[in-house]
Amino acid sequence: MIGGLFIYNHKGEVLISRVYRDDIGRNAVDAFRVNVIHARQQVRSPVTNIARTSFLHVKRSNIWLAAATKQNVNATMVFEFLYKMCDVMAAYFGKISEENVKNNFVLIYELLDEILDFGYPQNSETGALKTFITQQGIKSQHHTKEEQSQITSQVTGQIGWRREGIKYRRNELFLDVLESVNLLMSPQGQVLSAHVSGRVVMKSYLSGMPECKFGMNDKIVIDKQGKGGGSEDVAKSGKQSIAIDDCTFHQCVRLSKFDTERSISFIPPDGDYELMRYRTTKDIILPFRVIPLVREVGRTRLEVKVVIKSNFKSSLLAQKIEVRIPTPLTTSGVQLICMKGKAKYKASENAIVWKVKRMAGMKESQISAEIELLPTNDKKKWARPPISMNFEVPFAPSGLKVRYLKVFEPKLNYSDHDVIKWVRYIGRSGIYETRC
Amino acid sequence: MTDSKYFTTTKKGEIFELKAELNSDKKEKKKEAVKKVIASMTVGKDVSALFPDVVNCMQTDNLELKKLVYLYLMNYAKSQPDMAIMAVNTFVKDCEDPNPLIRALAVRTMGCIRVDKITEYLCEPLRKCLKDEDPYVRKTAAVCVAKLHDINAQLVEDQGFLDTLKDLISDSNPMVVANAVAALSEIAESHPNSNLLDLNPQTINKLLTALNECTEWGQIFILDCLANYTPRDDRESQSICERVTPRLSHANSAVVLSAVKVLMKFMEMLPKDLDYYGTLLKKLAPPLVTLLSAEPELQYVALRNINLIVQRRPEILKHEMKVFFVKYNDPIYVKLEKLDIMIRLASQANIAQVLAELKEYATEVDVDFVRKAVRAIGRCAIKVEQSAERCVSTLLDLIQTKVNYVVQEAIVVIKDIFRKYPNKYESVIATLCENLDSLDEPEARAAMIWIVGEYAERIDNADELLESFLEGFHDESTQVQLQLLTAIVKLFLKKPTETQELVQQVLSLATQDSDNPDLRDRGYIYWRLLSTDPVAAKEVVLAEKPLISEETDLIEPTLLEELICHIGTLASVYHKPPSAFVEGSRGVQHKRLPGSAGSGESVESPDPGAAATETPPAVIPSQGDLLGDLLNLDLTPTTTTGPPPPTTSGMQMGAMDLLSGGLDSLLGGDIGGNPAMGAAFGAAPATMPASFNAPGSGGLDDLFDLGGGVGMPMGALNPPKAVWLPAMKAKGLEISGVFVRRAGVIQMEMTLTNKAMSVMTDFAIQFNRNSFGLAPAGPLQILTPLSPNQSIEPLNNLQVAVKNNIDVFYFSCQYPISMLFVEDGKMERQVFLATWKDIPNDNESQFQIKDCHLNSDAASNKLQSSNIFTIAKRTVEGQDMLYQSMKLTNGIWVLAELRVQAGNPNYTVSSVALAIGPIINQNGFENGFTNQAL
Repeated sequence: MIGGLFIYNHKGEVLISRVYRDDIGRNAVDAFRVNVIHARQQVRSPVTNIARTSFLHVKRSNIWLAAATKQNVNATMVFEFLYKMCDVMAAYFGKISEENVKNNFVLIYELLDEILDFGYPQNSETGALKTFITQQGIKSQHHTKEEQSQITSQVTGQIGWRREGIKYRRNELFLDVLESVNLLMSPQGQVLSAHVSGRVVMKSYLSGMPECKFGMNDKIVIDKQGKGGGSEDVAKSGKQSIAIDDCTFHQCVRLSKFDTERSISFIPPDGDYELMRYRTTKDIILPFRVIPLVREVGRTRLEVKVVIKSNFKSSLLAQKIEVRIPTPLTTSGVQLICMKGKAKYKASENAIVWKVKRMAGMKESQISAEIELLPTNDKKKWARPPISMNFEVPFAPSGLKVRYLKVFEPKLNYSDHDVIKWVRYIGRSGIYETRC
Repeated sequence: MTDSKYFTTTKKGEIFELKAELNSDKKEKKKEAVKKVIASMTVGKDVSALFPDVVNCMQTDNLELKKLVYLYLMNYAKSQPDMAIMAVNTFVKDCEDPNPLIRALAVRTMGCIRVDKITEYLCEPLRKCLKDEDPYVRKTAAVCVAKLHDINAQLVEDQGFLDTLKDLISDSNPMVVANAVAALSEIAESHPNSNLLDLNPQTINKLLTALNECTEWGQIFILDCLANYTPRDDRESQSICERVTPRLSHANSAVVLSAVKVLMKFMEMLPKDLDYYGTLLKKLAPPLVTLLSAEPELQYVALRNINLIVQRRPEILKHEMKVFFVKYNDPIYVKLEKLDIMIRLASQANIAQVLAELKEYATEVDVDFVRKAVRAIGRCAIKVEQSAERCVSTLLDLIQTKVNYVVQEAIVVIKDIFRKYPNKYESVIATLCENLDSLDEPEARAAMIWIVGEYAERIDNADELLESFLEGFHDESTQVQLQLLTAIVKLFLKKPTETQELVQQVLSLATQDSDNPDLRDRGYIYWRLLSTDPVAAKEVVLAEKPLISEETDLIEPTLLEELICHIGTLASVYHKPPSAFVEGSRGVQHKRLPGSAGSGESVESPDPGAAATETPPAVIPSQGDLLGDLLNLDLTPTTTTGPPPPTTSGMQMGAMDLLSGGLDSLLGGDIGGNPAMGAAFGAAPATMPASFNAPGSGGLDDLFDLGGGVGMPMGALNPPKAVWLPAMKAKGLEISGVFVRRAGVIQMEMTLTNKAMSVMTDFAIQFNRNSFGLAPAGPLQILTPLSPNQSIEPLNNLQVAVKNNIDVFYFSCQYPISMLFVEDGKMERQVFLATWKDIPNDNESQFQIKDCHLNSDAASNKLQSSNIFTIAKRTVEGQDMLYQSMKLTNGIWVLAELRVQAGNPNYTVSSVALAIGPIINQNGFENGFTNQAL
């Protein structure tokens, strides 16, 4: 298991050092600094073995988090734990920076004592932790006996993510379907790979211990229902259903129920959380198509023309569109003409950045650039990095639709109809690249 | 409120100030001071001097302060054990606190204080906490048992905590169950044979129930524990799989991978024709692909594991090639791993896509990545025959880019393609030759030279090309030198007329001007071959080489099985068994996959690990066996036991004389005309190709050692080699050997055989202390990396440890005591008589040698060859009495009387020894004597 956990700043100074096992000594702290943080070359692996001690590290902005161990630990678990640790810290004091870590070091030690025991991760749900590890320190005296046992039963209980007795005057639910669409396209317009990774994020303000059921246009579910219902139903909904390659759920979802009935039922945590993640690869709506044209004119000039076409309902508007066209390292000057938006050559980034604020569906726009190059003797060809694109669209490129979200609370007297529900779809670009 | 200010106090006299503040009356000031102390502790300052002052702050009802003091205690208690006792009372009191959070905190902290006296006080509170009404306290206490076990294992057993811990597996709270499982698994690891985690269907059922209810971390503990269970039959296996599969949709990747581990293991037991088996295979692919959209570090771990899974069950991901395509912004470690998997998944169906991608990668910036991409193209060519042509043309395109490292890498892989498809792509040689000048890396140069030599007959100016390399011969690396030597000899055999001078030149460079033994040996071999029998030389040097296959980079099957059992852990990231990087006994047990169900179907790779563990650890040969072998040996009618005449000799005895004088010094004087030489050459063709695979290896120099019996006095004992270290126990390294005494030196002859799939290097040997002070005379000389299935026989001088790049292996072997009889063991007659009388009777022992049909003279001669000298002979009443003496290496004399009665096959030996004491084990001696006598 984890033998020690260290947090360093970018210079390699230790900010937090907590040792859980006897086999990790003080020298381990230095070993990691010398061999990884101060190493000359780029980090070649997130797992490093130095003198029979394994270090697993992640980096958040300038901060290094490293777990040290001498055993054959579950490496996946250690990384998951390090991310979780980051989430917990972020939930307590915002961005993870040197300043914030130093300002909250007592709190961090307290958290580390609670969520890692002898190197074994323990309950790390922020909701539960916040009930008894508060930034002002625990005022244990003020807890009554019932409150204390309520805390411990939540921390260890089956529903560790929610406490009892939550009350809201207005029961409200916000549901966001956030998708990032990824594309790799050949210069000829052939899709090399495309997939959508989506998340269903929820904000719930519900009283009591509500039982929720979430439904979407999952092909498997709809086909199943289709068999039971009329054939007309299949024809109607069959078109709109989507094939989900794989999905993972927040720990509140009853996985065995999903496995057998493919129904998503759960008691939600209070406030923000991510209900599920999913991935689809079939029938993806690619919101934009990028058509590049690069011509080398002699040895010192390049002509680049890039056309973008929007491919969605014309009533919808895409926003925050940005096209990034890489230029050779030897670029000496760039002339740009674009029909829409603003374009700029950024020498420090070796790219032309073309920004368009808004663009409706079924439109097209283009940019052309003349690039002057310095003459060089370098035989090495320019690697031609792909043209990448960023955007945001108000629909789900995977085609996912929320069909229902039902809420039952048997003990309190509010019904599904009393809950106010909001649903929103946002599609963003992930890695959306076209080779040129 | 900001705490960062505590990090900045660095002025002098700080400790003193802190002391004052710690003893302040004001609570706030106290707390501030403790925070400063902790901050100093974090940055590595020694604040142990403040121990009593900090401990004084412990008695507080402020929980935040209490926690800080506890943190301090955990760090410094070990260095101040006496003072730490001061804290015990508070701990014990806190363990009775009405607040469960405080009870748990106390027991948690106490377990982290590694001071014996505190540990004693811990037992009672811990016992109470294990049975506490609050689950939070129980789950903390469960982990505390593991802590205590780490400090004092005996105490935990004596106090019966293990049983209490086992009871917690049936606890009503899932988190308590999970922590108990984690603690028990850890304790069980340090007691490999204890039945601590008594996994039976009932406990498994409890664990599976808890699995549905506990936290993500608890699920991981339980799944990792489940993976150690071996179901009784395929039905149980299936029902567990069914209950584990829902975990594949968990958001936590570690839960997913641990579930994959359980499924991969239990799947082995399912019959392949079962519908469920197919369903399960299909269910495994999507979660594995999903892992690739996690954070890069997790992707890396996942990819390392997928690499293993793909090798074990390629069918799972065979349609998922696209997800392993490299993204421009992937970190380099993810890119390199993806490449590996792409090659593993490459097949005829997807090769076009893969090649297009690889070509794209070869133009990237990271040198390592580009090289690997180029190499990958070569591997695709070897793996998918239909694509070879396309691969070659892609490689040629890349060579045209003239990027130095791309060209070099391409040439290295083209060499391999030639090896796989001989006489198919020679048309590209011209292009390759154009780039001769730009090659500056040894591997690329060696590859190019090999190509020129191999296809010398089709390259018009091959002699010029090779000659150009010859100019700087001594500056080249060994790899290139060896390759150049071989290439020129090949050239000579193909075009003898024009290249006589060249070959002479290279042979003299290799044999006379080089001090590299590999090179010299190879030079001599060629020289002798060429000068004696050019036809044989042709057969040897231009022999048809075995084709290479794509399997060379696969992980050895037994290791792969073990790694599959460790999916998700560091072992699967390193691709090494835990014993290679974990110290001590923990995790050193070798795990293996369960055998398949008895439904008659066969698993693709038979499970060699299964057989290995059933055989008893027969490292030390039993004495009876040894004796039996020796007896058999002697029952052959001939008196000579020299090596049998060679059967493959292509060489005349007289041929030796043709050799230059230098050879004599190499082989030593005793080789003269021994037929063993023929055997050595006979083996040459078989070993030659191996040396191409591993350039730089001197496969040939080892051949000289083949003549195990060379120069042995006739009649001396020449026992066969026994297996000392079976390959199963040593990750594929098999060692067999025998002890012989030659020219006054004890020699230990070993045959090291690499039965693994990867190359072994860095050999070293060491002996444990032993009665006769045997020690290796020199380091183990294995210059060559030992490639798979290659076997080497060096000679050299008991518990023995042999080390290589993989691990250290221990074995023990018995040397016959006769090895220890020295040559000057002949005693003067008078001295013998006097000594015989002087030795007290206590030192005498008698034993009989049975079934020996030699007469006394023959026996005497035979014994003499083993340094047992006959001093006198007397005939009394038809019995021949032989008086004999021998001297051991440590200077002890042993005198013996051997009574031989004509017609009676049983001899009686009485022996006495000087200063014998406990040094000689009588039994061993008897055996030594008996062995020699027979």
